Amino acid sequence: MDSDFFGQAFVYLIAAVLSVPIAKRLGLGSVLGYLIAGVIIGPFGLKLVGQEGADVMHFAEFGVVMMLFLVGLELQPDLLWRLRIPIVGLGGFHLLVTTSIVMAIGVLAGLSWKMALAIGLILPLSSTAIGVQTLNERGLMKTAGGQAAFSVLLFQAIAVIPILAFLPLLATDSSLSAALPSAILVSTEPASSGATLTGWQQTLMVIGTVGGIILAGKFLMRPIFRFIAATRLPEIFTATALLLVVGITLATQAAGLSPALGTFLAGVVLAESEYRHELMSNIEPFQGLLLGLFFISVGASIDFNLIMQQPLLILALVLGMAVIKSVVLVGLGQFFKLELLQGILFAFALVQGDEFAFVLFSFATQSHVLPAVTSGSLVAVVALSMMLSPLFMIAYEKFVQPRFAQRSPEREADEIDSNENAVIIAGFGRFGQIVGRLLMANGCSITVLDHSPDQIELLRRYGWKVFYGDASRIDLLHAAGAEQAKLLVVAIDEREKILQIVKQSRKHFPHLKIMARAIDRRHAYELIRRDVDIIQRETFGSALNMGVEALKLLGVRAYKAHRAALIFKQHDEEAMYDIAASEGDEAVVIARSRQLAEDLEQILQSDDRELIHDFDRAWDTSAPDR
Amino acid sequence: MSSHNSILVLFAHPVLEKSRINRSLLHSIHGLDAVTIHDLYEVYPDFHINVKREQELLVSHDIIVFQHPFYWYSSPALLKEWQDLVLEHGFAYGQEGVALQGRKLLSAITTGGSEPSYSRSGYNYFSLRELLTPFQQTAQLCGMEYLPPFVVHGTHQLRETQQIQQHAQDYQRAIVALRDNLIHWEKLQTCQYFNQALDQVIQPGVSHHG
Repeated sequence: MDSDFFGQAFVYLIAAVLSVPIAKRLGLGSVLGYLIAGVIIGPFGLKLVGQEGADVMHFAEFGVVMMLFLVGLELQPDLLWRLRIPIVGLGGFHLLVTTSIVMAIGVLAGLSWKMALAIGLILPLSSTAIGVQTLNERGLMKTAGGQAAFSVLLFQAIAVIPILAFLPLLATDSSLSAALPSAILVSTEPASSGATLTGWQQTLMVIGTVGGIILAGKFLMRPIFRFIAATRLPEIFTATALLLVVGITLATQAAGLSPALGTFLAGVVLAESEYRHELMSNIEPFQGLLLGLFFISVGASIDFNLIMQQPLLILALVLGMAVIKSVVLVGLGQFFKLELLQGILFAFALVQGDEFAFVLFSFATQSHVLPAVTSGSLVAVVALSMMLSPLFMIAYEKFVQPRFAQRSPEREADEIDSNENAVIIAGFGRFGQIVGRLLMANGCSITVLDHSPDQIELLRRYGWKVFYGDASRIDLLHAAGAEQAKLLVVAIDEREKILQIVKQSRKHFPHLKIMARAIDRRHAYELIRRDVDIIQRETFGSALNMGVEALKLLGVRAYKAHRAALIFKQHDEEAMYDIAASEGDEAVVIARSRQLAEDLEQILQSDDRELIHDFDRAWDTSAPDR
Repeated sequence: MSSHNSILVLFAHPVLEKSRINRSLLHSIHGLDAVTIHDLYEVYPDFHINVKREQELLVSHDIIVFQHPFYWYSSPALLKEWQDLVLEHGFAYGQEGVALQGRKLLSAITTGGSEPSYSRSGYNYFSLRELLTPFQQTAQLCGMEYLPPFVVHGTHQLRETQQIQQHAQDYQRAIVALRDNLIHWEKLQTCQYFNQALDQVIQPGVSHHG
């Protein structure tokens, strides 16, 4: 059993490790790489994976669940609000139009209207996993077409909730196919929990679960995370995050709902909380691996026997769906004033079927909406269409884009990821707060990270948006948007950790300007040697100001004291950089420091010796040359 | 005009500790009734001027004095900054900028160069009055009357304490006369400098010591 598990793990891992880099190198993208790997190791390829492939897929669906949780976390309610017009407009129209067309075709082909409607609701959905991954990988997410595609995917992610609630109502009792309202009421289905529920009860249950997730996410999870975070055990936090996702999965399954939706909702609710970035960085690696596994198992599960039985029908369905979707999407793009090029990108990013379709088709079969054979064929259609999307994207890059090259230079708006801010402040204690308040007062939006749950709780009560997390972890900085940010202000008060963060972010985010708080002079030297852009010694500014006030109380004119401090500061900072350059040797450093101190004294005092002010010279003779 | 004027002295010197003449001038009017000395470099060493407070000060005085050394044919930087910020549109000039109308502006200047140097044959070429026209026009635009300047030339050569004392006394006389409204205003406007013939422009008053 154990060796079997490791054997399986080995097969999946080596398939991924071999095929994905090759697919990427060939420009096919990682999704296609995974899918092909799945086909190769599957029952119709090398037969390394057999029946248990379905179990693996079931398990790997969890990757999709996690992905939806992450998508939810990315989507703060206000971003959702900003995208409301494309989401509702594009997404809504797309679903409406495509559903009508597919339903019409279904009815014409002789299906009952309920079956046709069920298929019409499920087939137009497009895979978020493939769409988002493909767009991101090619850097097309920020283009107008990419944004439109993302909006439609979002709408669908939300639309699945009512569709799921609605499907049981379409159940047709085989004996009462006349579809009387009473048929809906009496059609009884065993829900996965085994209880006997009517369609309406099931609908109520779905609504109850959704409400429960929202309320628990809003009021229950934050105190729990705060408690866990206070333990300062990162692995327990990760465990809690996983527990949350697994828990929601179980709860939603018990209610007969898609777990992906449950976690998506939980994600949106938690997107406002201070634990957003920490959760993202904890879940992301699991999500990535599981999603890969999911794509492999989709590849492995494509039933070539079923396809071979009716190859023309399946092929016609795959291509037919792609054509219908593309035409509708390009048309919608035109209607919503997208450029043609962007409209095509928009359409091509969405030609694939949705992983939800697997869930929905099996749900529809369970609910006796669709016969198992029909569902099986349609699942094969969806799986095959998933291989289409990467191919369409390649076609887009190779053939479509070059034609438009002269007409539309790169001038695409980037709105969608303005979700992340230009400035990240790590540490929001005495030091970081002042930096942050100044920036906020000047209309700069900032992302703040701190790792003290109590401090965060306090700051949140004052209306500050602070996120929990240890900024010395690269994945967390990543989740906080270091990729898009311009500035990183390291304002924590731990000497070693500051150095660590600086070193790590220099390496991983070379574009980022780094500003660091230096604990003292010695610390400043180390930061200078690490090439930090801006260094501020934490007590230097205030001590200098105190010195100015002291001079004033001793009778020195305010302006003279002010300038003396500026000269002192300039000289001291130059000396700091000077000494930092002469690393190491203590004796040299001390000698240098003494020399520099003497120089400074001389500069400041030489000023006083000029008793008579000479008109023809600048009135200030003390400022060193710049 | 009331029989008494309140006077605001806007004093600007970045290195007063090195200027005996300005210290003496300032000292001579220190503590006079109805005379407010506002030492700009002492109050705003970081050039962060409180515009509202400055405008309130202006409005509550009748005569404004700009006292400063003549640097590069103008005022020290802080006084220029002060003009740029405080003399706002809508306050000092423009359709609704009437806050300063009817007030008087006096420049009290010290120059390193001698009086002859401020002439066509001197190295400063222009007369001091010519060089002060920006201040004069500033006053006019604000609806203020620009008085002939109080000038101390050749401060390089002012070594004798006695000479300096004389200028300080003159300055005090001028300020007190302005305050007590003891000026022959028409006669004053014919003068090049306020302090070229103090006895002629100042009426013999009750007392010129506050």
